[in-house]
Amino acid sequence: MMDAGRHPRIELLVNSEVEDVTGFVGNYRATVRRRASYVDASECTSCGDCADVCPVVVPDEYQQGLSSRRAIHLPFPQAVPSSYYLDAASCLGFNPIACGKCLEVCDKKCIDFDVTDELLDLEVGTIVVATGMEPYDPRPYDEYGYARFDDVVTSMEFERLICAGGPSAGELVRPSDGKVPQRVGFIQCVGSRSTTRGVPYCSNICCMNTVKQTLQIAEHYPAARQTVFYIDIRAFGKGFEDLYRRSREEGVDYVRGLPGSVVRDPETGELVVQVENTLAGRREEHRLDMLVLSVGLVPRKLEGATNGRRHIDEILSLSHTSDGFVMESHPKLKPVDAPTRGVYFAGCVEAPKDVKDSVTQAGAAAVRAANVLGAGQVRIEAITALLVPDLCARCKICADVCPFNAIVQADKKAGLDPEFIEAACAGCGTCAAECPFDAIVMRHFEDAQIEAQIDAILATDPLEKIVAFACNWCSYAGGDNAGTSRLQYPPAIRLIRTMCSGRVDQRFIWHAFERGAPLVLVSGCHFADCHYIDAVTWTQRRVEKVWTKMEKLGIRPERLQLEWISAAEGQKFARVMRELDAMLRGVSAEEVAETVRILEKQKLSRPKGVAAKPEPALAAAAPA
Amino acid sequence: MSDESPRIGVFVCECGHNIAGTVDTAEVARFAAGLPDVVAVVENRYTCADPGQQEIQKAIAEHKLNRVVIASCTPKIHEPTFRHCVAEAGLNPYLMEMANVREHCSWVHMKDRAAATAKAKDLVASAVGRAARLVAQDEKTFPVTDAALVIGGGVAGIQAALELADGGHQVYLIERGPSIGGIMSALDKTFPTMDCSI
Repeated sequence: MMDAGRHPRIELLVNSEVEDVTGFVGNYRATVRRRASYVDASECTSCGDCADVCPVVVPDEYQQGLSSRRAIHLPFPQAVPSSYYLDAASCLGFNPIACGKCLEVCDKKCIDFDVTDELLDLEVGTIVVATGMEPYDPRPYDEYGYARFDDVVTSMEFERLICAGGPSAGELVRPSDGKVPQRVGFIQCVGSRSTTRGVPYCSNICCMNTVKQTLQIAEHYPAARQTVFYIDIRAFGKGFEDLYRRSREEGVDYVRGLPGSVVRDPETGELVVQVENTLAGRREEHRLDMLVLSVGLVPRKLEGATNGRRHIDEILSLSHTSDGFVMESHPKLKPVDAPTRGVYFAGCVEAPKDVKDSVTQAGAAAVRAANVLGAGQVRIEAITALLVPDLCARCKICADVCPFNAIVQADKKAGLDPEFIEAACAGCGTCAAECPFDAIVMRHFEDAQIEAQIDAILATDPLEKIVAFACNWCSYAGGDNAGTSRLQYPPAIRLIRTMCSGRVDQRFIWHAFERGAPLVLVSGCHFADCHYIDAVTWTQRRVEKVWTKMEKLGIRPERLQLEWISAAEGQKFARVMRELDAMLRGVSAEEVAETVRILEKQKLSRPKGVAAKPEPALAAAAPA
Repeated sequence: MSDESPRIGVFVCECGHNIAGTVDTAEVARFAAGLPDVVAVVENRYTCADPGQQEIQKAIAEHKLNRVVIASCTPKIHEPTFRHCVAEAGLNPYLMEMANVREHCSWVHMKDRAAATAKAKDLVASAVGRAARLVAQDEKTFPVTDAALVIGGGVAGIQAALELADGGHQVYLIERGPSIGGIMSALDKTFPTMDCSI
């Protein structure tokens, strides 16, 4: 911690949050809000005079609310930066000014109520996301009595109680009467491995954390009796089994079984725990002085962002696996990469892990990030939009729909074509799909290439096939996820990959129906996951337009389906495939033939025989 | 190269039993040979392995291939591999197309060999149709800003920031709270060393 605080190449920005990130790998621009801190950290000597006179007393969050602090306070003794901090929410110095005692006593005059938030604009090449997790709030486990009994504490609260820097100066005392407990119990898997409350996964660290805590008690209070209630002890890491054995050798009683109820004996104040000991095959009653709930780790809530600001996962378009943690680019081969290039994960934001694993992963993330930075330059896929000036009517649609402001509007009066800024283009293809004049070529995902796929798929037995468009990042990857999970589904689906569902031109849909497709699926990311900011909203609008048109033409709109499937939703992908297969059976040959007849009279798809041509000349002309 | 008529090579990967266990890859290869513009078809046990890649490069030279279709796994794993492979043989990497007959076919239709094989053929036909219309592309390079943003000042963020900074890169370490340290700083001791967390 101290090293990070004084490293010449680390600019430490505390009280700060990222509000926006734009750009691409190697060239990100982050907007960071540094909240007004009111205490000049470079001047503060941590003398503490300010806190001595501060009249506001509130629970100390660092001490898990087990003791109190003042509005102006040192976050904790070893805080970095080592500066007092003014908690504006509880201070009386604002709105209206009722107090200013700290200002008066501060010799260094480093407190100033008039400073304001600062917005910083940072240019960076890579981003490491290390936003961590949260301990589980055990209140839904009402039978353990956390909210009712003072002497039922969480494992985090226990840490403060046993710590020399804690509210009791390291003396383990029970909160109800300040006495040292002689009989301590631990309940494992609180919030973990449950399909009804908390989370279904194992939180990874709680078994060893409890083993550690039993050893701490055994060291300080050798006479104390300890009981651990568990499902099974997972001591799988290096050195872990040794610690577990030591704990047992210290006399800690490990009881296999989770308690059914905890009540407080009103006469003695003891906590009475009822448990079925599944190894001994009997019901047991344990009388304890203190009970520690070994709580699991859960992902930070999306609504955890303050003041209604966007959560960092939304800002960076990070997807989540079904457990709620961020999803890696590949679970084995790219475990610290986000799907977005240049963004990496470290620590518990990716999954629950202990300190050693967090440090290990942070090293991996740093190397991945440093590789990009060290290379000095980055190569970007040639999947960008190009203008065909001859076809452009200089309307403003492309510039309006571009999520990245990569297109400078045309100016009809001045005779100026729209300008395409390649470095800013992320390649979603929304402009190409929306352009009414066919004047935009989406490189590597050109009309001709996609229509050729539709033709090939429907060349034989079209009645048995579903043409599906899937975006690269989410729904195509969701299909991959179904595959790696070996989820079986009916074989009718034929996927066509585009980078974004925003690329799916109306014309592709009409093309498929005109070539005899019974069902068409357009699938993309959930709105919050869209890798092209809001391109997916154009997908939705476009599909709605096609539905309306289908209705007018007498084609059942149900034959065009729209689904949002994330990369982690293999289960959903397989379910959608089953549902579509059922729908497919409801589309008759006559209905398809009628659709083909209707559409052949329209000019919604490209006429047969006039296939769109790839644009080699344009590609060659593209500035290198 | 784009101006020439397409000469497509199709490489059908068995991926051991992963694909060949469900899909009749020999049948897919026979089918691919009959597709328009296809001038060479090769079946491989493991196309991504060195011998598999050498087959691709050999075929590009022998048959003067100007397009390559690889029927194997998801492009999310091996698209970079095969782009690199064809580039080594002198082909623009954007003239390589993959048909995902593993994640999207053999692994999800394991109980229906006939249907899986029929679907694999379609996926290959689709990729061949697309490949015939692919255009060579040049990738642009952009300079990199030599600085990293580390979001979160817990143990992982601190460690990542230190590693990057020690490596000579500028780091901005962003922390929401008034001090770095995160949850770790509230722990008394950490396992397995039982030492102080700060």
